[in-house]
Amino acid sequence: MFEWILSALVLLGAFFTLVGSLGLYKLPDFFMRLHGPTKATTLGVGALLIASALYFSFKTDYISMHEVLVTIFLFITAPVSAHLMAKAAIHIKLKQVKRTQNPMK
Amino acid sequence: MLETALLIGFACVSLAFVLSFLRLIKGPDLPDRILALDTLYINAIALLVLLGLYFQSALYFEAALLIAVMGFVATIGLSKYLLRGDIME
Amino acid sequence: MNLFNKMFPHPVLTLVLWGIWLLLNNTLSAGHVVLGLVFAIFIPWLTSGFWPEKVRMKAPLTLLKFLLIVLWDILVANMAVAKLILGRNKNLKPGFFYIDLDIQTPLGISLLANTISLTPGTVSCDLTEDRKRLLVHALHIEDIPTVVKEIKERYEAPLKEVFTEC
Repeated sequence: MFEWILSALVLLGAFFTLVGSLGLYKLPDFFMRLHGPTKATTLGVGALLIASALYFSFKTDYISMHEVLVTIFLFITAPVSAHLMAKAAIHIKLKQVKRTQNPMK
Repeated sequence: MLETALLIGFACVSLAFVLSFLRLIKGPDLPDRILALDTLYINAIALLVLLGLYFQSALYFEAALLIAVMGFVATIGLSKYLLRGDIME
Repeated sequence: MNLFNKMFPHPVLTLVLWGIWLLLNNTLSAGHVVLGLVFAIFIPWLTSGFWPEKVRMKAPLTLLKFLLIVLWDILVANMAVAKLILGRNKNLKPGFFYIDLDIQTPLGISLLANTISLTPGTVSCDLTEDRKRLLVHALHIEDIPTVVKEIKERYEAPLKEVFTEC
């Protein structure tokens, strides 16, 4: 049972990591590419880290919670770096896809 | 069971590495490359966590933590450089 | 009360530092609990000059409920974003839009911006100089006013309740 939960978490995490990078690769402009890594990849790595925390807590005789630290750190920093990158991209007036609705013009 | 899941996980994360790396080469602009680097950092954390599970060793965790911290600082520094044309003021 | 305020200029920071120290060392042994507590008391005290604004949290239960809602939304949002990414590029309708902010505290605004970045298909991009409007980019948006209304009701209202000027 425990192995099933761990395997599901690992597969879920790996899938979301892949989806994030796929979004980075295939979407047409920078602002759309920003969505993949900030959301999907963060959740994917979060799921992997939680799987790791569960594994080491149950397999060894001490409780291992320090993976939680990396998870929290990633969930706090991912939006911050996304915000700064978007701000920089707006600042240097990066091209957007033509169909983008834009109130700034 | 877990072994198979981990192997599939390795394949997915490696593919993610390749895709991010292609974006890093392709560009076309600086922010795209910064974003690709940021994604590569996070992919590296994922790969290290998977390796830790595969070899059943807790040692990889410290490396993952360091990459998380350094990756964040690097991304912020590069974005600041684009915003101001200067990192330190 | 006055002595308490002097010893703990930022009680929340003290608790967070203590938690981080214990997590980092991955232990609950008595030595580290005491050492962590010493650091957690002295670091906020020594650095209190760098933290000019006092943060007051009201209604911690609302904050807890808000965190649970956000965690759930992150899960749902990722399913939605994964579906959008795996679909065809042509069907996506990206767009920028402004959100008029009601909260004024810096911490509240930054938390709201982070929440927006982590949840359904939106990334916060820029804050206007006067801190009145937040520019948001959405991956796929059909009807802007509905989304703005939902963000304001779901995320901004509880944050405004928790973080107010003192």
